[in-house]
Amino acid sequence: MSSAGNGDAPLVEVQNVKKYFPIRKGVLGREVGAVHAVDDVTFAVKEGETLGLVGESGCGKSTLGRTIVRLHEPTEGKVIFEGRDISKLGTRALRPLRREMQMIFQDPYASLNPRKRVGSIIGTPLKIHGVEKSQRRARVQELLETVGLSPEHYNRFPHEFSGGQRQRIGVARALALNPKLVVADEPVSALDVSIQSQMLNLLDDLQRELKLTYIFIAHDLGVVRHVSDRIAVMYLGKLVELSPAEDLYRRPIMPYTEALLSAVPIPDPDLSEQRERIVLQGDVPSPINPPSGCRFHPRCRYMTDICKEVEPPLVDYGRGHLAACHHPLNVDRETLERAKVSRRHTPDAADDAAKPRDSSGRSDPVPGR
Amino acid sequence: MAERLIEVKDLEVKFHTEDGVVNAVDGVSFELQRGQVLGIVGESGSGKSVTAMTLLGLTRDSNTSFGGEVIYKGRNVLDMNEDELQDVRGNEMSMIFQDPMTSLNPVYSIGMQIGEAIRVHQRADKAQARRRAIDLLRQVGIPNAESRVDNYPHEFSGGMRQRAMIAMALACNPDVLIADEPTTALDVTIQAQIIELIDRLKDEFNSAVILITHDLGVVADVADEIIVMYAGRVVERAAKRPLFYDPQHPYTWGLLGSIPRLDRPKQERLHSIKGTPPSLIRTPKGCKFRPRCPHAFDKCMEEPRLENRVEEPGHLDRCWLSVDEKRRLRVPTLEGTEEAA
Repeated sequence: MSSAGNGDAPLVEVQNVKKYFPIRKGVLGREVGAVHAVDDVTFAVKEGETLGLVGESGCGKSTLGRTIVRLHEPTEGKVIFEGRDISKLGTRALRPLRREMQMIFQDPYASLNPRKRVGSIIGTPLKIHGVEKSQRRARVQELLETVGLSPEHYNRFPHEFSGGQRQRIGVARALALNPKLVVADEPVSALDVSIQSQMLNLLDDLQRELKLTYIFIAHDLGVVRHVSDRIAVMYLGKLVELSPAEDLYRRPIMPYTEALLSAVPIPDPDLSEQRERIVLQGDVPSPINPPSGCRFHPRCRYMTDICKEVEPPLVDYGRGHLAACHHPLNVDRETLERAKVSRRHTPDAADDAAKPRDSSGRSDPVPGR
Repeated sequence: MAERLIEVKDLEVKFHTEDGVVNAVDGVSFELQRGQVLGIVGESGSGKSVTAMTLLGLTRDSNTSFGGEVIYKGRNVLDMNEDELQDVRGNEMSMIFQDPMTSLNPVYSIGMQIGEAIRVHQRADKAQARRRAIDLLRQVGIPNAESRVDNYPHEFSGGMRQRAMIAMALACNPDVLIADEPTTALDVTIQAQIIELIDRLKDEFNSAVILITHDLGVVADVADEIIVMYAGRVVERAAKRPLFYDPQHPYTWGLLGSIPRLDRPKQERLHSIKGTPPSLIRTPKGCKFRPRCPHAFDKCMEEPRLENRVEEPGHLDRCWLSVDEKRRLRVPTLEGTEEAA
């Protein structure tokens, strides 16, 4: 209520957020290391916007999502919600903020209590936040309708629903308190494609009707593109690319993004055969001892010596497209020059073999456009 | 002429439950040749997994009844006794399950689990089985196979566990490899690796593959022939290209249209198939897809047969619409240009 609510102001700002999970060993619980789940991530989400957060399992996207809604306390850095630093708030001080930030979880089977009826699952947030019993039932039934279920489902148990319907219950629960920000953590990856598209359309409708701001976490760039205004790509705890959605698909700058794009299946046999498949070898390395320099270098096909030694900074390539890479793709020389001047970044330090290619030789992981 | 490995004729699987009879698989027929990849596509509850499990005799139970035939190398699998089945299962036909987290035994090492099939079927001793397990792990692309073979499942990542599952399925050089949603639990990058791996191994081991998935995008690369299932029935069956470029059944259109397409400009709204798959106890009268089909008309109260209606031989579908109507009606769904509902 107290917020200025003007369209350009960021609703959430994430400033240099780090989240390390300590690894303890021995009787004294000595700290022997840490999982660098999120490592120095900065971005902002505007009101009414959808930010897609993409990466493989273990890249820290879920941890970051949970840190933003303060299910985790950041190790360092700030999370600013409506102009207020919430990263150090205590449980009590956070409680009123919980109304404003809600989460939709990945697994519709594990995130609903099997012993509770739907009415009580969706009604619990209302109860905690002091909505009177007489009004609760009506509100829950209204929510059920909003998410495309029927008010008669009030007294049913989760097991009586299919996966897609359960996920709708999870959405209704998240919306119960009229939040401003919804963090959706892989909300469709457990669903069939046909049900997945229903869910994406629903989230789209709800955003328009209720003026929601989404942070949409997923590993599938096809899905993310459909919902997002801007997309942040994460790798091993680092933000490696941040861009307006369509620009990311037209010209990925970071080779990791290029590889992610090329892994999305295209349901068209001819295009699928034509396109260049970049199959990443191996798995994401351990975040306990992340690789030196650019964290992606052991799996990168453009890797040179500099990548092993120097960590590339996140550079602004114009029009809100940021990327962290020594060998940026799809960038023309002019932009490269400008980027260099502005941030003292030296992608030229790389050797010639893997020099940034200009737009004429652009890579094309997704043909057919 | 390729060697025919499996012939399924009018397969029916019924589960007798307290609530009634579940017609999980209802008259499914197909053939599988050596070297071929057959894709079976459909939503949860369409009967695709039950079909696959029945090929291995995994659905046998006192409450299950079968109809039709599953002919494997001249013998009907449905008539085999447990011992005969044991010889085939895991040896000549094997399966990769969907969830590598729950289908591996957490208290045995990876090597033990891969070696088990080799010890049972090929009467190998422990050392031989271990050596073979290391070879297999190497073939499926696990680095440091010699030391990894003694790891337990929790020490493997999701993608590596799925590779171990594949190694296990390949342990006895099977003729038929059945992969039930092998990539659904995995990241897209790992999915690409696994699909490529299955395709490569199929050639190396000279076997046939049945690939079950709910996502037509997954089979676009590797499948030779595709079966689309709905409510226990085959609604369309065709070679890969005709199925993608000339799909005849509205359900297939729906599945194709639901996929967010990277190769096209962003759509305002994704196509979605309304509602949910029907209960298999009381399936709708007539065409099973009728209640969810936007193009249903009077005639759909009677169920169409699965037959060839287009120029392309071997392209079968179960829909009353004329071919011309289909080619016209499907355009908005497939191109994503339909009006928001």
